[in-house]
Amino acid sequence: MKEITTERPDAGAAEPVLVLDAVRKSYPGENPVVALRGVDFTIGRGELAAIVGPSGSGKSTLLHIMGTLDRPSEGVVRVMGEDVTRLSDRELARLRATRIGFVFQQFFLSEFDSALENVADGLLYSGVSRAVRRTQAAEALGMVGLAHRIGHRPSQLSGGERQRVAIARALIGNPGIVLADEPTGNLDSNSAAAIFSLLLELNRNGATIVVITHDRELAARLPRRIEILDGQIVADVAQDIDNLAGVTPAVGWPARTTEGR
Amino acid sequence: MNRGFDYRLRLSDLARVFSVGLRTRRMRAALSALGIAIGVAAMVAVLGLSTSSQAALLSEIDRLGTNLLTVTKGTNVLGQAAELPTTAPGMISRIGSVNEVESTGTTNADVYRNDLIPAINTNGLQVSAASLGLPAAVSTSVARGAFLNAATASQPAAVLGSVAARRLGIDEIDPGLRIRLGGQWFYVSGILRPADLAPEVDNAVLVGYPAAEKWLGFNGRPSTIYVRSDTERVNDVYALLAYAANPRSPSEVSVSRPSATLVARAAADSAFNGLFLGLGAVALLVGGVGVANTMVISVLERRPEIGLRRALGATKGHIRTQFLGEAVLLSMLGGVVGVVTGVAATAVFATVKGWLIVVPALAWAGGLGAALAIGATAGLLPAIRAARMAPTEALRTV
Repeated sequence: MKEITTERPDAGAAEPVLVLDAVRKSYPGENPVVALRGVDFTIGRGELAAIVGPSGSGKSTLLHIMGTLDRPSEGVVRVMGEDVTRLSDRELARLRATRIGFVFQQFFLSEFDSALENVADGLLYSGVSRAVRRTQAAEALGMVGLAHRIGHRPSQLSGGERQRVAIARALIGNPGIVLADEPTGNLDSNSAAAIFSLLLELNRNGATIVVITHDRELAARLPRRIEILDGQIVADVAQDIDNLAGVTPAVGWPARTTEGR
Repeated sequence: MNRGFDYRLRLSDLARVFSVGLRTRRMRAALSALGIAIGVAAMVAVLGLSTSSQAALLSEIDRLGTNLLTVTKGTNVLGQAAELPTTAPGMISRIGSVNEVESTGTTNADVYRNDLIPAINTNGLQVSAASLGLPAAVSTSVARGAFLNAATASQPAAVLGSVAARRLGIDEIDPGLRIRLGGQWFYVSGILRPADLAPEVDNAVLVGYPAAEKWLGFNGRPSTIYVRSDTERVNDVYALLAYAANPRSPSEVSVSRPSATLVARAAADSAFNGLFLGLGAVALLVGGVGVANTMVISVLERRPEIGLRRALGATKGHIRTQFLGEAVLLSMLGGVVGVVTGVAATAVFATVKGWLIVVPALAWAGGLGAALAIGATAGLLPAIRAARMAPTEALRTV
């Protein structure tokens, strides 16, 4: 497999959307666990980056801290210029409602609502009227290629289609950053490849996306790869994905089994 | 960024969010709402039934009239039975506002179906002389045959009270039908309907005053005088009756108002309500525990949903409101079903009994209010737990 690495791109080149500065996270208790030991990186607007590491490397903790679902023990996290360590719980919720989109491995779709309702719920807590939410949801579903599946329930959709619905839900309202946690983890190889291409396409159209994964091959196909091990960043490289065209996805990936998180 | 308040969900969104649990776990929601429904139905039905029966009794009292007063012979200062003077009915009818005066006088005669009945089988019945307008005065009428009239009053003719007729085994009037009164054959001319205001008439065999004097050794003195007066003047008439009936010794006369006992009975009927309401409240409480149980399980089961909602930007307040709202919705659902069931039960029972259907506002409003309060109480703790759950913990799937 051919991999071309270059130096890490200058963080100042694009407007920073997400900044982590000396972030540490430890869980106190009888056996204190230090999950993150000083993590620094900056995600600029329009980036598509992978955070890759094995189980127990601190990926999940990092995802939660990037997504403001958890607070760092030390260090600073800035989302679109805002120091989230100083925000109240309520302000964080608001930030998540308007600036951050999440995609989860398990999709987390409501089985009893249509695809459109599921996507529209991405803006449920952002003070947008239902009519606007539904209009934007229809657009977002169009962006992920599911315009024809608007009225279907998740149970009537394939795994790949469900994840597309979840991605549309993350994209609705045009958040500053989309955090995708093992987005292909529950999918067969073909669906995974399709989701991968979708993420690339969405990124080309301007979305800032961070993919958290344990899949090194997937990470290798994204423009930037941040490797994490034992709570520390061990590599942060830009990759020339255009030169990977010859070996791209489609059949390349082994079927992914669920990694226990 | 505008700080300090969270985005309020609109009403339609709230309704959707509150009903998530109901839509996704229908069976469970229905069963836990059922507990509340049973409790509320029990309370509504108890209140509805007692109010309906009370209304029926009161309308019966209205129909019978509250303007009937009875004058009976009392006792003298020595404790012996006093007699009413024969002039008493005439004196009473001279009181202004008195419209009707009728009387009965008890005789010592016994009554038998025929001359073969042993003398001890008196059936506990009484033979009384009756004035001719008695049925109207005590709000009854003739079920069969005819009442005494000026002609039959002095003939050996008798009219049976409803109970007397049953005990004698007579339910039809045949020409020539006779019974034995005081050793004399009397022809039965009629049977009365029950007289709710004067049960003593039901137990009596009535004959005319002249006939009683002629064949039964009756002394002509009335023992009970029934007085109908203008309804608004009843109390004034009441005060005058003893003096009019026996001017010489008014203390030997006792005066009563029969409708007063029916009113007391209506009040007594509702005394059992407390017990049944208590049972309903226990059912309601158990229903509340059911709702609380459902909500606790729901919060545990729906951790991923809570995590997702927090990731989508829900505040703790949103989560708390959602689960509290769900609990209230659940028990209100039970409350509405319970009120409908309770009202239906009341309607069916009251219709069968021929009562008016009355469900007091207290019953249905109280039922809904109780359901609301129980839902809020039952949902509070689970809602607080759901809101306190850290998003990271909620998203950690098993």
